Amino acid sequence: MTAVAEAPTQSRPGRPPVPALKVTQARVFTSEWIKMRSLRSTGFTLLAAVVAMIALGCLVGWATNAHWAQMDPGEHAHFEAIGRSLAGVNLAQLAIGVLGVLLVSGEYATGMIRATFSAAPRRLPVVWAKAALFAAVTFVLMLISSFLAFFGGQYFLAAHGTTLSAPHALRAVFGVAVYLTLVGVFAVALGFIVRSTAGGIATLFGLLLVLPGIGQVLPASWQQHTLPYLPSNAGASLFGVRLDPTALSPGAGLAVLCLWVVAGLALAAVLVKRRDA
Amino acid sequence: MIEAHALTKRYGDKLAVDALTFTVRPGVVTGFLGPNGAGKSTTMRMILGLDQPTSGSVTVNGKAYAQHAAPLQEVGALLEARAVHTSRSAYNHLLALAATHGIARSRVDDVIDLVGLQDVARRRAGGFSLGMGQRLGIASALLANPSTLILDEPVNGLDPEGIRWIRELLQDLAAEGRTVFVSSHLMSEMALTAEHLIIVGRGRLIADTSVAELIRGASTDVVVVRTPQAAQLRDALVGTDVTVSSTEQELLEVTGLSASRIGEIARDLGVVLHELTPQHASLEEAFMDMTRDDVEYQAATRSAA
Repeated sequence: MTAVAEAPTQSRPGRPPVPALKVTQARVFTSEWIKMRSLRSTGFTLLAAVVAMIALGCLVGWATNAHWAQMDPGEHAHFEAIGRSLAGVNLAQLAIGVLGVLLVSGEYATGMIRATFSAAPRRLPVVWAKAALFAAVTFVLMLISSFLAFFGGQYFLAAHGTTLSAPHALRAVFGVAVYLTLVGVFAVALGFIVRSTAGGIATLFGLLLVLPGIGQVLPASWQQHTLPYLPSNAGASLFGVRLDPTALSPGAGLAVLCLWVVAGLALAAVLVKRRDA
Repeated sequence: MIEAHALTKRYGDKLAVDALTFTVRPGVVTGFLGPNGAGKSTTMRMILGLDQPTSGSVTVNGKAYAQHAAPLQEVGALLEARAVHTSRSAYNHLLALAATHGIARSRVDDVIDLVGLQDVARRRAGGFSLGMGQRLGIASALLANPSTLILDEPVNGLDPEGIRWIRELLQDLAAEGRTVFVSSHLMSEMALTAEHLIIVGRGRLIADTSVAELIRGASTDVVVVRTPQAAQLRDALVGTDVTVSSTEQELLEVTGLSASRIGEIARDLGVVLHELTPQHASLEEAFMDMTRDDVEYQAATRSAA
């Protein structure tokens, strides 16, 4: 205890703190931040999302460039440099989605949620803190990854690549980060709604990946009124560059995606308040 | 101070807690006793606002738990099932809980020392033994130095040394003027720890009494008397409200008279006494008698007791 000997004025109070303690939204946010960074799985999963974004962008760019001569004219016509470099978004959304669900369902599975709700018995601050925190972390990491994927992808596409000043490029790069962020928040909401890890992940990927496929068998006249509004397709409108004519505009895509997230959070809030922990 | 008014919880068609009304006062350890499935854990979860009562209400220090600005400062709780993320270290678990209230980091170190977890605080809580898990639960309960403590079966899984540690800790906390509410299904444990008892069976209140009172009320006050002049003494003792039985020639079991009165009568008669022992029915027996009809799952054939 040399530290104590050197600084005798900083004596630690033997008795616990008496000053007014109070639960605030900011403190719940800090608590969630400690919880998030003290789980090893958080780091691994986020790393997986980052690597998926960047590595896939570079890999797809390199592969396209290497096989350019062998590609048929149809493929050449279909080629679009911005989207190529951002192909990792499909993989990254798996990691982000799983982590979002786990942040909540992990607490229900272990019983931690009872400690959490004992410390913050109004409960809703916990929902907002988890959603906001994961949104912030995801957005920062995925925006950096998205930029790196873009630059890496264009580097490996070499002569077939483009620059950030190309039309739609900046929107696509930001769009990917926004899309992944909203998927993450939606996953957090699903975690609160479903409470089990398996159920939450199944529901999320059912909505993101399976539903668009099922939608393909609907009559064409129905498809155009349903498919563009599914979260994954609305997201594609947000960051996609060359879209089919039935797709929503980027702004409308963002609005629809936000609606999904708001609806998810609202349902989560109602259920969290009403249900026994 | 915990006050429950007609507290009721229904799960489907099963009434887990049935109109419980009780008050837990500061300064003494209050035992919450009942067989498994009596509704103890449910009641404790309702006190903490984790479960919503179907009807009735419960307050802590005059307010519903969730209405307090700093709930951990009002009530520290150790819940029956572990409420810890298995992948997080004990230190980070406590740090996260402390953060919600703005509790200083130094206090986290203090409670870790207090419960004796300093050597394992950085290890994953999932690898903890049952006893270490209980100590971590107690550390989180004490984190904000609460005026009320609620502990659900705290001695479960502890070794004798740990049990004694908890018992003394609870009594010390009560002696400091705190409200201490401890559940158990073991009367023998509560008899050593608690001063007051709230006994429940199948969600209903069976008794709300002090341990001393329970012993007094439960014991049929049998006095065992050993004397070579058994027959003479028996004739002198028998009367209204006094029964005397005998299993051995020189042995009398007297019901309805105090040991001191029997001694006086014997002296007046000039009867020699070799033994004069008041027999208190054990608390365990008293508890079993009380809850016999309220045990949720009974063995089909009860062994002859």
